[in-house]
Amino acid sequence: MQDSWDIAVLGGGPAGGEAARAAAAYGARIVLIDEQARPGGQVWRAKDTAREDVGDSSETAAGNLHRARLEKSTVTFLSQARLWHIERAEDQWHLHLLVDGCSQRHAARSVILAPGAREFVQPFPGWTTPGVFGLAGVTALMKSQQCPPGRRSVVSGGGPLAIFAASEILRLGGEVAAVVTPNSKAEWLRCWPEFMANPSLTLRGAEMMMRLKRAGVPILWRHLVSRASGDPTLRAVQVTPCHANWTPRGGESAIEADALCVGHGLVPNSEVAVLAGLTPQYDAQQGGWIAASGPLGETELPGLYLCGDGAGLRGAAASQNQGARVGEAAAMALNGQRPGKTSHRTSAAERFGRAMTRLAIPQPGLARLTDADTIVCRCEAIPRRKLDAAIDAGATSLDALKSATRCGMGPCGGKYCLTNAARLIGEKTGKQLADIPPPVPRPPLFPLPVDAVGAGFDYDNLPIPAPAPL
Amino acid sequence: MNSKYDIAIVGGGIMGCATALRLAEGGMKPAIFEKGDLCQGASGVNAGTLSLQIKRVRLMEYALRGHEIWESMGDAVGFRKTGGYTLAFNGREAELLEHRQNLKREAGAPIEFVSTDDLRKSEPGIAHSVVAASYCAEDGYANSSLTGQYYRAQLKAAGIPYFERSAVDAIETDGKGFTLKIADTAVYVPRLLLAAGAWLGPLAAKLGFDLPVRARVNTVSVTERMPPLFATVIGHATGLLTMKQKPNGTVLIGGGWQGLGSPETGRGRVNAETLAPNVALACHAVPALKTARLLRSWTGFEANVPDFYPVAGAVPGVENAFMLGCVRGGFTIGPYIGQLMGDYILGRTLERPLFETGRKFEGAN
Ligand SMILES: Cc1cc2nc3c(=O)[nH]c(=O)nc-3n(C[C@H](O)[C@@H](O)[C@H](O)COP(=O)(O)OP(=O)(O)OC[C@H]3O[C@@H](n4cnc5c(N)ncnc54)[C@H](O)[C@@H]3O)c2cc1C
Ligand SMILES: Cc1cc2nc3c(=O)[nH]c(=O)nc-3n(C[C@H](O)[C@H](O)[C@H](O)COP(=O)(O)OP(=O)(O)OC[C@H]3O[C@@H](n4cnc5c(N)ncnc54)[C@H](O)[C@@H]3O)c2cc1C
Repeated sequence: MQDSWDIAVLGGGPAGGEAARAAAAYGARIVLIDEQARPGGQVWRAKDTAREDVGDSSETAAGNLHRARLEKSTVTFLSQARLWHIERAEDQWHLHLLVDGCSQRHAARSVILAPGAREFVQPFPGWTTPGVFGLAGVTALMKSQQCPPGRRSVVSGGGPLAIFAASEILRLGGEVAAVVTPNSKAEWLRCWPEFMANPSLTLRGAEMMMRLKRAGVPILWRHLVSRASGDPTLRAVQVTPCHANWTPRGGESAIEADALCVGHGLVPNSEVAVLAGLTPQYDAQQGGWIAASGPLGETELPGLYLCGDGAGLRGAAASQNQGARVGEAAAMALNGQRPGKTSHRTSAAERFGRAMTRLAIPQPGLARLTDADTIVCRCEAIPRRKLDAAIDAGATSLDALKSATRCGMGPCGGKYCLTNAARLIGEKTGKQLADIPPPVPRPPLFPLPVDAVGAGFDYDNLPIPAPAPL
Repeated sequence: MNSKYDIAIVGGGIMGCATALRLAEGGMKPAIFEKGDLCQGASGVNAGTLSLQIKRVRLMEYALRGHEIWESMGDAVGFRKTGGYTLAFNGREAELLEHRQNLKREAGAPIEFVSTDDLRKSEPGIAHSVVAASYCAEDGYANSSLTGQYYRAQLKAAGIPYFERSAVDAIETDGKGFTLKIADTAVYVPRLLLAAGAWLGPLAAKLGFDLPVRARVNTVSVTERMPPLFATVIGHATGLLTMKQKPNGTVLIGGGWQGLGSPETGRGRVNAETLAPNVALACHAVPALKTARLLRSWTGFEANVPDFYPVAGAVPGVENAFMLGCVRGGFTIGPYIGQLMGDYILGRTLERPLFETGRKFEGAN
């Protein structure tokens, strides 16, 4: 199947959804592609239809508004469609999607990529114990399933996501044993100007903090989760105080819990943009490796635009604002126009997002959590010991380490382990993370049924060229 | 000018590394300069097939010696001698198979033709639509991803310095030796070997020699781990499929289907248009593959000159400069032809001849 569009937008979150809507307002034929069943992205993920009975959080409510507006627009929403490859040919972009077990190709004059971010977890002893969840992942679970991850949870991470997750667990009837955060109170207080400039976001944060206070949840500032234990499932979480650069200080204490939600920040999903042909650059403040894009999302490739957290972490509110600007610019460009005056001043929402991102950016000491026996690459069950040995034997780039150990060669394609592996290389060789680029992403972007790619071929029609010379 | 090294090798693929080891054995002090990581080019991303059934007749003896060397490298490179079948699915392919494999057998490859019944008995996972098949017990594979780490260890053990992420940007010669420019440093050496794979052309041009190197953009894909589906290396009469299942259960699918991009732009890209028939052909040969999931497809640049024979010898008209590349089936043959190249530079008698570099490249312009 092949379809042709003016603009294809990848990602139905705040950035992509708004971009699609803004572009559609210019009369362009827009398709909005998302692997989820409904638009909303991570922050505004829709509730499972079976859970409509549970009251809405303000995120769900914002998502409902987002979905209603898209519904009313002329945007075609292609749901449960995953992009596995993107290429440019004959002045068009070709997007290869997996839909219903089949591969579809869509062509578009322009493409807006808004694939968001994913979670980063620094491996620590016991992190693969059942009952340990990714912090962001658990918020996604709570948004769709509307139930807490366990009876009694420990929630840990930098920045606002930990506070949000803890507050949601309480709202949904769970118990929170403690919030464990490597941030200090002072770091939060330093965000005061951003709080003042964004009253509604600040109010939502205050609401969450109030909920924690009412429930008497202790907040352990400048602490990390250093270990999770329990067999077969989680029984206890060990925490340790840490320095400002997140180095564990030692001296553990245990908290009893049957669920641990732990995350160490987000990583932009820049793979699609790089697969499309852009070169990634390192920017720690924006979450790591991202492809460069201008204020209107434009890139060095024709008709390719980026927005949202996938183009550099900025938070939901700023992603939404930026999406609208980028969608407009992309639609106007197709008519040979440029938006009039664009303010190059960063918006208040953007400054807020950046400040919150800063709180969650993992600091170098964190790598100490990963001891020699801790599994770093879950797909291939590779412990740190093996990676260290390969680095010592000369594999000092991610490509070389991957080739030597298979780290990142499993089903996740390295999305979850290579950020860690880079830190290990950095620690051992003294190289800066900016000098340890990720391997070039390869299609498919996720495990793709062979049958979906090779389907529809009749042997007699296979285009078999002349054999090699004898 | 004094030099720390007797020879600089530009390019740390199989050709460069294998030659360096031989040179060090012979008492020379080589150093390798590699643009990226060792064996990050064709040598580290190829399909790893060691099959005499797909080697050129004139290169058969070289390939046989290559197999021996791979076998001696063993587990460190994931070597497995599994035997291999080449399949034909219709009369035209059967004829092609018979014609080609007979010539290869005459050239020394222990290839036999097998009945479809025998094929079914030993490889029940292969499609029943096969009409003819050949078998070679010498065939197998090695794991190309391990070549970089393997050569790192070998070079270290031999005391050969190698410099990664050190692209040679310019070469100047004073008639006696060569000055290599690597970022903002210069290295002076009395001898030079160009072993830069698909990038050999531009480097030879820096010495004033016009070598018509072209690059094929070969595609390889790998599936997730699967239960055992087949045990041998599988090929197709046209050469358009190579397939093996690794001990960990993943299936590697190759066959030289062409991707996009060029060595000049630095990056090859998978072409969905050719990936589809490549994968379809694999499923045609082993139907159970349809239930697998594809994890990753990638491309690599395989260099050749118009006659598809190796470039291996002295750079014509430039004293003390040598080049090695464009070896078809170069993963198989690399470790051996590298030894020959080393012997040549050391001035030793060669076990087998290299390939005339001053020849007229048929079809060259
Ligand atoms: C799990 C998770 C939960 C989060 N929860 C919150 C929260 O509660 N509050 C908050 O302020 N921030 C949250 N964030 C941060 C988040 O990144 C927000 O800042 C915001 O959602 C970013 O908006 P976006 O539009 O850029 O991307 P997203 O909202 O992430 O939307 C991107 C969309 O792209 C789709 N997509 C990506 N790749 C593909 C592909 N290959 N094929 C098809 N579809 C694809 C995804 O399904 C997703 O719907 C969360 C992040 C994560 C990873
Ligand atoms: C996808 C694919 C599948 C293949 N499958 C098989 C197979 O199954 N069996 C088989 O026998 N053969 C196979 N081959 C062929 C085989 O891989 C090659 O013939 C062989 O690896 C070539 O080795 P090389 O050292 O000449 O080139 P390369 O491995 O490409 O090494 C050349 C090196 O030179 C470096 N370089 C380039 N320019 C510079 C510079 N200016 N300065 C410094 N360094 C530089 C490059 O970075 C590169 O690392 C395949 C090839 C490809 C691409």
